[in-house]
Amino acid sequence: MSKSNFTRRGLLKTGAVTGAGLALPTIFTSAASAFTNEPTGSTVKFGFNVPQTGPYAEEGLDELRAQELAVQHINGEGDGGMLSTFSSKALDGTGILGRKVEFVTGDTQTKSDAARAAAKSMIEKDGVVMINGGSSSGVAVAVQELCQSAGIIFMAGLTHSNDTTGKDRKANGFRHFFNAYMSAAALAPVLKNAYGTDRRAYHLTADYTWGWTQQESIQAATEAMGWETVNNVLTPLSAGDFSSYIAPVLNSGADILVLNHYGGDMVNSLTQAVQFGLRDAQANGKNFEIVVPLYSELMAAGAGDNIKGVYGSMNWNWQLTDEGTQAFVKSFGEKYGRPPSNSAHTCYVQTLLYADAVARAGSFNPCAVAEALEGFEFSGMGNGDVLYRAEDHQCFKDVLVMKGAESPTTEYDTLEIVETTPVDQVMYAPDHPMFGGAEASLGECNAGA
Amino acid sequence: MDAIILQLLNGLDKGSAYALIALGLTLIFGTLGVVNFAHGALFMIGAFCAVTLQKIMGLSFEQVDPTKTDFLGKPLVVKVPYVESWFGADFGAWLINWQVPLSILLAIPVMLIVGFVMERGLIKHFYKRPHADQILVTFGLAIVLQELVKYFFGANPIQTGAPSQFSGSMDFGVLLGFDPMAIMYPYWRLVYFLFAAVVIFGVFAFLQFTTFGMVVRAGMADRETVGLLGINIDRRFTLMFGLAAAVAGVAGVMYTPILAPNYHMGMDFLVLSFVVVVVGGMGSLPGAVAAGFLLGILQSFASMNEIKSLIPGIDQVIIYLVAILILLTRPRGLLGRAGVMEE
Repeated sequence: MSKSNFTRRGLLKTGAVTGAGLALPTIFTSAASAFTNEPTGSTVKFGFNVPQTGPYAEEGLDELRAQELAVQHINGEGDGGMLSTFSSKALDGTGILGRKVEFVTGDTQTKSDAARAAAKSMIEKDGVVMINGGSSSGVAVAVQELCQSAGIIFMAGLTHSNDTTGKDRKANGFRHFFNAYMSAAALAPVLKNAYGTDRRAYHLTADYTWGWTQQESIQAATEAMGWETVNNVLTPLSAGDFSSYIAPVLNSGADILVLNHYGGDMVNSLTQAVQFGLRDAQANGKNFEIVVPLYSELMAAGAGDNIKGVYGSMNWNWQLTDEGTQAFVKSFGEKYGRPPSNSAHTCYVQTLLYADAVARAGSFNPCAVAEALEGFEFSGMGNGDVLYRAEDHQCFKDVLVMKGAESPTTEYDTLEIVETTPVDQVMYAPDHPMFGGAEASLGECNAGA
Repeated sequence: MDAIILQLLNGLDKGSAYALIALGLTLIFGTLGVVNFAHGALFMIGAFCAVTLQKIMGLSFEQVDPTKTDFLGKPLVVKVPYVESWFGADFGAWLINWQVPLSILLAIPVMLIVGFVMERGLIKHFYKRPHADQILVTFGLAIVLQELVKYFFGANPIQTGAPSQFSGSMDFGVLLGFDPMAIMYPYWRLVYFLFAAVVIFGVFAFLQFTTFGMVVRAGMADRETVGLLGINIDRRFTLMFGLAAAVAGVAGVMYTPILAPNYHMGMDFLVLSFVVVVVGGMGSLPGAVAAGFLLGILQSFASMNEIKSLIPGIDQVIIYLVAILILLTRPRGLLGRAGVMEE
């Protein structure tokens, strides 16, 4: 008779001991991993979430060019770009804390749900430590919230709504780009000089978060200098034909049209406004004028001749003459054969700022990085002296007032810099009513894991 | 009053585009019995014929201008268009100025070929399949076409200007006895309306007064009997598909100065055009044209601030509300015939 040593009890005991043994290293590793996607090997991964399809695909492409360039410069390839002019010298061109930087890309499609899905996949599958990019405030707010809950740092790309660092601000989110309030504050004095204080404005406004805050900001700033607001008409996104909204403007008693539109909508509404003869018209005994609060180079190229003489604002422009700008334009221009756009610039700077903050903090822990970014003052990145304000994670720097050039020589200088508005003029309190008031809060930093 | 006239003009203008697209749609449906969801893409391809000609006209060689510098501080490279060096500066500039109307000459053969290839290559195989299959395959085709256009031309809108003679706006009010500047309307939009009227009239005249048109109309009424008379109706219907594609194409070409072309402009027009066809009556050509103008005008009036302040958002839904009302009271549409899509 053979006797087996296998008993049910024995099997359970062995199983339990083996299970506990196998689980032990995992317990240790999870305790060792203090934050989400802590890098373990010789590399660290960034996630670049930009519109690669959809109406802002061209802008997304330019952001990607800049992000790729930033990664090269951090890894010590190329001519180093702005690293040579950046006031902080924590980065030495050998990667970050001894790790080479790699990147993956996601496609936001300029849709909040698609952008969140792309970001989630990069965080969970690719293990990225930071997400950067985008060209819509709707997308930025959605991805910022996701990064907050996942324990990842979000370095916003092009997002201009007050809400991103206003009522929707998050401890893990940072914005280098300027906002609607700053545009309005910078534009108002220039508009006052150019068009006087006795003006009546008619607003056409894109019906979403950016449009609303842009309109609110420019209305407040222009009313403060004496302008009257005749009407504000909300227009659907991607309306295409704005003629029904533009036709009533001329007989409304207004003598200024403010187009709170961006991208393709702005190209169409401005073109159609010019076709309807608004630029040649007279109203209230004055020349009728058009204002476009937020400009981009790609929009200006799309709008062609219609943009001549029209005022707007920008975060940065390649025609600036400071050292940082020149270094960046040289790197970018030699690699891609074209000057960078202001969305490319903000993504490039954000990527370098993150890398620098990690190097200064000595850790990839998002809370340590956030602490290093909060209150950080720097220069040499193309906008003069800049402060990353701790209270709302908004960068404060000079703002450019632009005008459509009368006689551009190439497709890249369709806009000219009229004035660099000093940072003091565009400053506001962190609890400003347009930014969520006293209730707005960053919340707690989330390191995840 | 001036506001009403302005919106009426706007409505006629919008209606022109709707009517031209809907005309082609209903022509295809009436002859071939196919619900063509790729029709908006044909409008878009037409618009990109104008963009293509603009690119061709813009082809240029580079000349270094040592007196100026580029953004990197190197001597500026100036581009001189080939047309200007081949045909002389004056005639070259004239060609470039008139490139949008000239694009029609390019668009007609291109659209006939595209229509022919689409019909023979794909849609032919779906004649006997259910309407749902036709919708799916043509919708898929539309997506493929627009992605192809995006691949070659990018996603940004591409500005395509009207000839400089038509770039301003006309003081329309003075003609009607209003004060100067009361009703300003862009010249090109007036041109577009006249152009649409000519095309619509031409299509009707072709169907009404030519033997070919008579056979096609007979085929639309009773395909089987026409076939029994020994006439190859299928071949003629294929040609009608080409004609419908050409109508959509030239409509797209002439629309480019109004709306900078982008790859998804076809989809934006498609849904509205379908509503137009349904409201006009499936298969009815006069119905499609009448409904196109009617809905265009209604949409323009609904965007008036006075009306929007009474019913917010009405400009976005007016077309669909009217469609529901008409389908409830006249299920065949305004001028629909009995027996169409009712079997």
